[in-house]
Amino acid sequence: MKLFKKLIPWLLLAFAFFVLPAILSQFRLNLFGRYFSLAIVALGIDLIWGYTGLLSLGQGIFFALGGYAIGMHLLLVTQNDFTTGANGLPKFFENYGVDNLPFFWQPFWSFPWTLIAIWLIPAIVAGLVGYLIFRNRIKGVYFSIITQASLMVFYHFFNGQQKLVNGTNGLKTSTTEIFGMVVGSDDAQIVFYRITLILLPFAYLLCKFLTSGRFGDALIGIRDDEARLRFTGFNPVPFKVIVYLVAGGLAGISGALYTIQSGIVSPQYMAIPMSIEMVIWVAVGGRGTLIGPIIGAVLVNYLRSLVSEALPEAWLFVQGGLFIFVVVLMPDGIYGWFKNGGFMSMLAAFGLAKKSATYPKVDMDEGYAAES
Amino acid sequence: MTTPILELNDVSVDFDGFFALTDLSLSLSHGELRSIIGPNGAGKTTFLDVITGKVRPTKGSVSLRGASIVGLSEQKISLLGVGRKFQTPRVFENLTVTRNLELAASPTKEPFSLMFKKLGPTAKDEVHRLMDYVGLAPFAKVLAGSLSHGQKQWLAISMLVAQSPDIILLDEPVAGLTDEETNRTAELIKSLAGEHTVVVIEHDMEFIRDLGAPVTVLHQGKLLTEGTLDEVKSDPKVIEVYLGQAD
Repeated sequence: MKLFKKLIPWLLLAFAFFVLPAILSQFRLNLFGRYFSLAIVALGIDLIWGYTGLLSLGQGIFFALGGYAIGMHLLLVTQNDFTTGANGLPKFFENYGVDNLPFFWQPFWSFPWTLIAIWLIPAIVAGLVGYLIFRNRIKGVYFSIITQASLMVFYHFFNGQQKLVNGTNGLKTSTTEIFGMVVGSDDAQIVFYRITLILLPFAYLLCKFLTSGRFGDALIGIRDDEARLRFTGFNPVPFKVIVYLVAGGLAGISGALYTIQSGIVSPQYMAIPMSIEMVIWVAVGGRGTLIGPIIGAVLVNYLRSLVSEALPEAWLFVQGGLFIFVVVLMPDGIYGWFKNGGFMSMLAAFGLAKKSATYPKVDMDEGYAAES
Repeated sequence: MTTPILELNDVSVDFDGFFALTDLSLSLSHGELRSIIGPNGAGKTTFLDVITGKVRPTKGSVSLRGASIVGLSEQKISLLGVGRKFQTPRVFENLTVTRNLELAASPTKEPFSLMFKKLGPTAKDEVHRLMDYVGLAPFAKVLAGSLSHGQKQWLAISMLVAQSPDIILLDEPVAGLTDEETNRTAELIKSLAGEHTVVVIEHDMEFIRDLGAPVTVLHQGKLLTEGTLDEVKSDPKVIEVYLGQAD
């Protein structure tokens, strides 16, 4: 039974990998591919928030940076009428009269560099931002505010730079080509779906490695009582920088996968609501567990699709309601609720299962009950 | 006399005009056991804050084995061998008893060695020995947050011992403990002295008597007097600050 429980996530993964492509329509499958890619950024948020207590409201920065990295590469290497302008550069440059490729685009001709840049650039940015924040002992709500402010800085920068990254329009990747396939085509999309499902467990295992050993204990120590940890001789700064950096790298990978599956990367990924929603997924799924954020990201986004298809205006209300519901009734999220026996006690409340024995002596011992 | 392991010289701490400590000078020699008493607001906790780097003295010097430690971070001072137990038992509530102790006992506190290296057998043995000694062995796998108050106090103290600091600073180690637990804590502390330098801050006079150590009395941030408990107790200045002026 225990072994079976351990196997469930891997069985679900295999199911998603092998069975879903056969039974879902291309449209639906593509949506699930996006959900699974979002689960990767959620894992990173869980690492920093659920385990280390750092509530970052700026993960959109790193998510979008990963998306831009793959987007730039795709636009550069594709030579077709949709994406390439007369001067051989991506078409949007024509609109702004740019004839020379901005210098930072140059390395993105290279595919290997792009594969590295997708996670390395967000990780470095996260590491730098994190180091400056943590070194100055900024924590709690101030940390959240600073991350959100950084998010706005990035958002406005990317929005305003038409000549560099096409400003508010973003980079459209669906018409680009990779390895002879159009990125937006069904054939390419199923490959991306599978790549996402291969990377997701790696992200999970990385987080598992970081959280399960003594390093993970120190993270929990930082979350519970950082000052105490300092007096025990630990310097919390490098620990926090490392996890923030890892979360940034995961966000970048997630953003790149999301970009190729949704067909565009734009500054909207750095809009404030997007980053807050990421946090909501983790809260709904269950922070402080590694399965929780995956469940949360997939479930909330699936729900979003369903609700938006039926009642396009209603989603924000449903999302807000869901968040409140979880915070009030399931503080540990859906997975935490199951893990702590919430499901059984709900059944018990409806009289469908035996009540759990909170005070075994009182509940179980008939003589005891008779005496009183 | 040998050089003191810890020496405070004319230390003052000024919190925006309020002097928590005023020209306090005090020295501790290696292996010494010292009790510190004083009414509320005497500056006892600030005194520990200054030594452990939480508060920087406005004036004066603090030196450990002859070298100044003013301005060092808390973790650096901790690594130099100064350990502290807080007034309330501060343990990592979401970690088990064993893991709390293992964090404290870990000879390395660097992130990458924590990631890739296992805890050595010496540290593991020490963790088991401490758990046995304070009677927490049956609770090894219990989350520290669900321990009773007394057990948390002991866990906090044993975490301190696991760090194996040269100087152990205990802020109210027996607050909220039963008499039996208090006696046992006194025994534990006496067994630590000699090898470690131990400073105990307490309000419980019975406990101070049990320790039988020299007593330093603080009052309004100043050193009032020093001596044995009986000497101190019969000192009119001490009686005055504790009981108010006799008319």
